[in-house]
Amino acid sequence: MAGSNNHNITPPRWLLAELTYKCPLQCPYCSNPLDYTKHNAEISTEDWKRVLSQARKMGAVPLGFSGGEPLTRQDLPELVHHARQLGYYSNLITYGYGLTEEKIIQLKQAGLDHIQISIQASSQELNDHIAGTESYETKKQVAHLVKKHGYPMVLCVVIHRENIHQMPEILAMAEELGADYLELANTQYYGWAHKNRDLLMPSKEQFDKAEAIAQAYKEKVAGKMKIYYVIPDFHEDRPKACMNGWGTTFLTIAPDGVALPCHSARELPGLDCPNVTEYSIEEIWNKSKAFNFFRGTEWMKEPCRSCDEKEKDFGGCHCQAFILTGDMNNADPVCSKSPNHHIIEEALDSARKSALSENEQPLIFRNSKNSKKYS
Amino acid sequence: MTINPELTISFSSTHRLQWEEAQQKDVILYPEGMVELNQPSAEILKLCDGTRTAPQIITVLEEKFSESNLTNDVNSFLEDALKNGWIQQS
Repeated sequence: MAGSNNHNITPPRWLLAELTYKCPLQCPYCSNPLDYTKHNAEISTEDWKRVLSQARKMGAVPLGFSGGEPLTRQDLPELVHHARQLGYYSNLITYGYGLTEEKIIQLKQAGLDHIQISIQASSQELNDHIAGTESYETKKQVAHLVKKHGYPMVLCVVIHRENIHQMPEILAMAEELGADYLELANTQYYGWAHKNRDLLMPSKEQFDKAEAIAQAYKEKVAGKMKIYYVIPDFHEDRPKACMNGWGTTFLTIAPDGVALPCHSARELPGLDCPNVTEYSIEEIWNKSKAFNFFRGTEWMKEPCRSCDEKEKDFGGCHCQAFILTGDMNNADPVCSKSPNHHIIEEALDSARKSALSENEQPLIFRNSKNSKKYS
Repeated sequence: MTINPELTISFSSTHRLQWEEAQQKDVILYPEGMVELNQPSAEILKLCDGTRTAPQIITVLEEKFSESNLTNDVNSFLEDALKNGWIQQS
């Protein structure tokens, strides 16, 4: 394989298994690639089992079964069972639709450790609008069943301009549903969310208000429900330490077997991300060009190269640098030291204008028709 | 939250304690996270199996490691563990 290096390579710790891009929902901030319809092949049950075994042997422990909607894979219980035997701590990341009580029991017996349900909003109307599918009531029923069968439950709500005003109701809903963990994930602007950014990006004032409400609620539910607040990095002046450092901790396998250092890395040019049908996880992790590309600091340009914070944020997010500046080797423009930081300011300004505009464009929903348009 | 010395302590049903061969460490696994444990912490948590109270756990550890005066260290760790949701009393 192409890459080589002398870095101290730490083994993969977290494994994200994106089993499929199939999903009946159409969320306009979906993290799947815009052109997901081009990558509709899915690797076999045996391929997944081999991947799980190889990554576990290297030291991966937490495992997320994700998608698309992972419940559309008929072999899910078999994969969960295999993962449990290997000693993984496995999580089903689902929107809950179609998760019957029978299935919940079957997955528990197979060894599933916890379930993360995504809900789009605290009201039926908005949830069903954002999801592009009627799904609100079903999700609430599923949440009750998940608790009834003793799973720890994570509720995940992606936050954006259409639902940020519902923060008090979202918090109350999570408490009422008995969530053990509530993940309030401010939209990250890649792929579909990038396309819809003008319509999804809240203002700084909206962020600050919502965050204050969420932080205050943390105190109220201490010891009962843990709240994780994923910050919106467009309003920060330093970038996030993306993926805890490229190729140090996280390994994502896409539905067609492509191994990715982060789930958005498919969008980056020239990485030649390897496929698990051709290489072992050990070869991929240690030797591939893609996984070595941003390891260490040699790849950096200025202002990162001479920055005293380069070991802290590793230059930020390469996908964000690529989408916003056209060069993935640039510093993440979220950083106020970046010569491209004005792009962030302009994006915020554009979203603000769009919010005030009388004829706002409609949201572009994630579906195969739109995906083919952007392929 | 404080430990009641009269009640037995069990490990949380929504967390998992497991030995990791690759890391040569015991870890606690829970949704959204993993905590690596040092050996003394792991020894204490393994005794939280629903059959022993805090004073009984201390007695077992003091015998096993031929130490005395472990009471403060163990109690303080157990209180943190309770706060983190790793253990429960009933």
